[in-house]
Amino acid sequence: MSLTIPSIHYLALLPVLTTFGAAVVLMVMSALAPRPLRPAAPLAVVLATCVAVVVEAAFQWSYVADHGATTTVAHAVVLDGFAVVGTVAVAVALALSALVVHDWGARARVLGAEVPVLALASSAGALLMVQANDLIVVFLGLETLSLGLYVLAGFDRHRTGSSEAALKYFLLGGFASAIFIYGAALVYGATGSTNLSSIAYFLGTNVVLRPGLLYAGGALLLVGFGFKVAAVPFHQWSPDVYQGSPTPVTGLMASIVKVGAFLALVRVLVSALGSQLDTWRPILYALVVLTCVVGAVVGLAQRDVKRLLAYSSINQAGFMLLGVWTGSAQGAAGTLFYVLTYAPVVVATFAVVTLVGGVDDVRHSIDGYRGLARRQPWLGGALVVLLLSQLGAPLTVGFYAKYAVLSATLASGGGALALVALLSAAIAAAFYLRWVMVLVAEDTEDGAARVAVPRATGLAILVGVAVALVFGVWPGPIAAWAQHATLFFLP
Amino acid sequence: MHSSWYLAALLVVPLLGALGALAAARTRDGAYRVAVATSVVELGLTLVVAFLYDPHVAGAHTLDFATRHVLAAPFGLAYDVGLDGISLLLVVLTSLVLCLALLGARDRRREPAFVAWLLVLTTCTMGSFLAQDGLEFFVFFELTLVPSYFIVAEWGGAERARAALKFFVYTFTGSAALLVGLIYLAVAHQNQVGGPLTFAFSALAATTLSHGTAVWLFAAFAVAFAVKSPIWPLHTWSPLAYAEAPTGGSIELSALLAKLGSYGLLRVAVGLVPLALVDVRPVVLTLAVVGVLYGSLVACTTPDLKRLVAYSSLAQMGFITLGVMSGSAIATEGALLLMFNHGVITAGFFLLIGFIERRRASYQIHDLAGLQGPAPVLAALFTVVMMASIGLPGLSGFVSEYLILIGTFATHAWWAAFATLGVLASAAYLLWAFQRVFHGRAHGPNEHLEDARVAERWVMVPVVVLVVALGVFPQPVLNRIAPSVDRLVAHEIAAVHP
Repeated sequence: MSLTIPSIHYLALLPVLTTFGAAVVLMVMSALAPRPLRPAAPLAVVLATCVAVVVEAAFQWSYVADHGATTTVAHAVVLDGFAVVGTVAVAVALALSALVVHDWGARARVLGAEVPVLALASSAGALLMVQANDLIVVFLGLETLSLGLYVLAGFDRHRTGSSEAALKYFLLGGFASAIFIYGAALVYGATGSTNLSSIAYFLGTNVVLRPGLLYAGGALLLVGFGFKVAAVPFHQWSPDVYQGSPTPVTGLMASIVKVGAFLALVRVLVSALGSQLDTWRPILYALVVLTCVVGAVVGLAQRDVKRLLAYSSINQAGFMLLGVWTGSAQGAAGTLFYVLTYAPVVVATFAVVTLVGGVDDVRHSIDGYRGLARRQPWLGGALVVLLLSQLGAPLTVGFYAKYAVLSATLASGGGALALVALLSAAIAAAFYLRWVMVLVAEDTEDGAARVAVPRATGLAILVGVAVALVFGVWPGPIAAWAQHATLFFLP
Repeated sequence: MHSSWYLAALLVVPLLGALGALAAARTRDGAYRVAVATSVVELGLTLVVAFLYDPHVAGAHTLDFATRHVLAAPFGLAYDVGLDGISLLLVVLTSLVLCLALLGARDRRREPAFVAWLLVLTTCTMGSFLAQDGLEFFVFFELTLVPSYFIVAEWGGAERARAALKFFVYTFTGSAALLVGLIYLAVAHQNQVGGPLTFAFSALAATTLSHGTAVWLFAAFAVAFAVKSPIWPLHTWSPLAYAEAPTGGSIELSALLAKLGSYGLLRVAVGLVPLALVDVRPVVLTLAVVGVLYGSLVACTTPDLKRLVAYSSLAQMGFITLGVMSGSAIATEGALLLMFNHGVITAGFFLLIGFIERRRASYQIHDLAGLQGPAPVLAALFTVVMMASIGLPGLSGFVSEYLILIGTFATHAWWAAFATLGVLASAAYLLWAFQRVFHGRAHGPNEHLEDARVAERWVMVPVVVLVVALGVFPQPVLNRIAPSVDRLVAHEIAAVHP
């Protein structure tokens, strides 16, 4: 018996390898160093990694532009424009989160390199997901992404809420992973392959007479993804986990999980199961309606800003699903645009929440924000902009994100669905605005403590606001980029 | 054709003024002075543009100062501005209302932010009136919400939080339908003619639609504009918002932002999907007439002056909707004229109520009595504005309502007949309110009410001049707007009776 070693195209794997490598190097460094590392060292490593990943992505982009999309490692990993944009989104989210984690670690005395190491490992998982062309690789990415986050969710040992979050996330996440891999197994049984291209080829060239196995497999995969992106009715964990996890971790969770899971979902549904469009579209239709409406309506009742943001991100996930529902290249580009612009905005939002939450990370009642925009116009104003962007107000990038998926939906004939989604945004507007109202209200607490803004976190917030405003005025470049990326999309 | 830079300047000047006002925040009165200077420059510029405007531009269309630049091709986003007779008066109104709000309703609480929001709001409104592209229009239209939300939420009365939220959510919900409708239309247009996605009004108006689709689209557009106008029964946010807003905010909301609704109804709904008019016209006309009658009836019973004006606005907006939907060129011209006149008159009302509120800290009718004795000038000014609103011949309100009624009578006689009752009702509630507030014997603090100060009198001068001038000699204005209106109505008739 002979073993064939698949050919490996290292450029395609470089971002994943760099990120994993950085995680390992950082871990070894901190273990072997005679003295505890200076707090700036892990930050420097993470930022250097992110810069390296973005540079590698630039090389990948030019390679894809010249040679077209390609696969490697026995077609298990794909290098196409879609993956490159996803890679950049993950790198940006990781860099911004690292800035926030740096300051939080110093304040909360969570020293050492563990948090950055785990963040790097999780991000590597997300990077693997955006490039996966095989259900097994999707699963590997998903697990790597999640394992790091399970630990990070419980990192604040002084708060029981954090341990609770970790346990919940771990148990339910474990369930979801099991369901996902079961789905992968059923799809393998039905089509004879776990490779996405092979599945698409098989379904394109064969008539599945008894599709029960395939449908069951696809449904289980969808449940697994639904859990990861917190689509209703698989969202129950997210408010508790968002609330309990250390806030900077929540920011990371909200951004990279969305990027990784949505890009993989687009690949699985649109390219592998594209021929079954008519079967999965009705299911997704229901998911979009439920996710949008439940996220918006239940969000109205929240008094804790982290729970509120959890429901907000459920509502946003509904919009991202909308792009997937279309099953078209335009919809995929819309979802890509959405996650790409949502990631920095949500990290920056959680950065502000981290600062206001204080050293113990407990001041998360919405009342704690009363008058913030009056006391500290820059910090409060930044939060207002970030919230308006998530609300979808024009001149913020959130408007164009919603617009991108809506126009794709209407082009695919989903007028009613688009209307429902947009009306849910109007409901969601109420809770964003209630928060804004608290921010600009007159200051009743005399001498309420000023929230100190450390430099690194301030930079992260600034980047988020800049993304929201600059691309809100001038969305052309990102829109064109997302569209080109989907042209290089490999079915 | 004139250079489009004039219109770019109209959009940019208020933004620069807002930045300047914030920069001058540290000096005493600095922000206010910068804002007033900006508003005067803007008004001057607007008047220049209005006089330069040429309604007979070479070629078939009546757009002057036009230009188009695509900003984001995949989204079909473009900067596309132009001025025609339909926008002309509203552009002037935008600058005028800004001046009046700044000069007559000064709010000293955190003034730099307040005047900056007013200036930003002006850019957004101006942009909506100048946009010749659906998506651009939507962006500006939606953007007006942000400054007006903050103006109500931060400077409003006791119930400002509820008022601002209600206002935002109502309007945002309406806009959701508008956005979906616009994208649907643009996609349909792209599918028919190919090429890149575009939202240009001129392109979208040429889309061939089935009858049912046209009705759905019209409904989607009309919901957004009916909330904004407001048109009965989607008006319920407006009395609260008008009453709770600070005087400057009430003026902007009722005199200006309400006009965005009726303008949108004409430009977007009637202009882009005229085919739907066959079916929807009776419905919208009926709602308009109900709005006229309902607004007038409620205005009779309301206990405070601001709400009285809010409900009277509802009635007036009903007249405007009647004219816009009548399918008659004369009535449409009357409606455009009434948009302007109602803007001026309502601004006058809210300014005067603001003056009273400044002195008495109340605008409840039962707190006030016999003000004519101590404040004869104030009473005189109120009389002029009130008479214009009632529609006394010789004042501006009469001309526009008359045009609307005779135009509508020619095309839809019954609706015009019922709407005429609203003219009578307006006389009843306004005169009754005037009687309760200004006549009789003044007691307590009313007895020594200070009369209008010099500055306050000067602010009211443009209002009175416009009310009289447009009442006596409106023909030059009508000549400038008529070609565009004729074109629009011809397009409408061609679609309805092919």
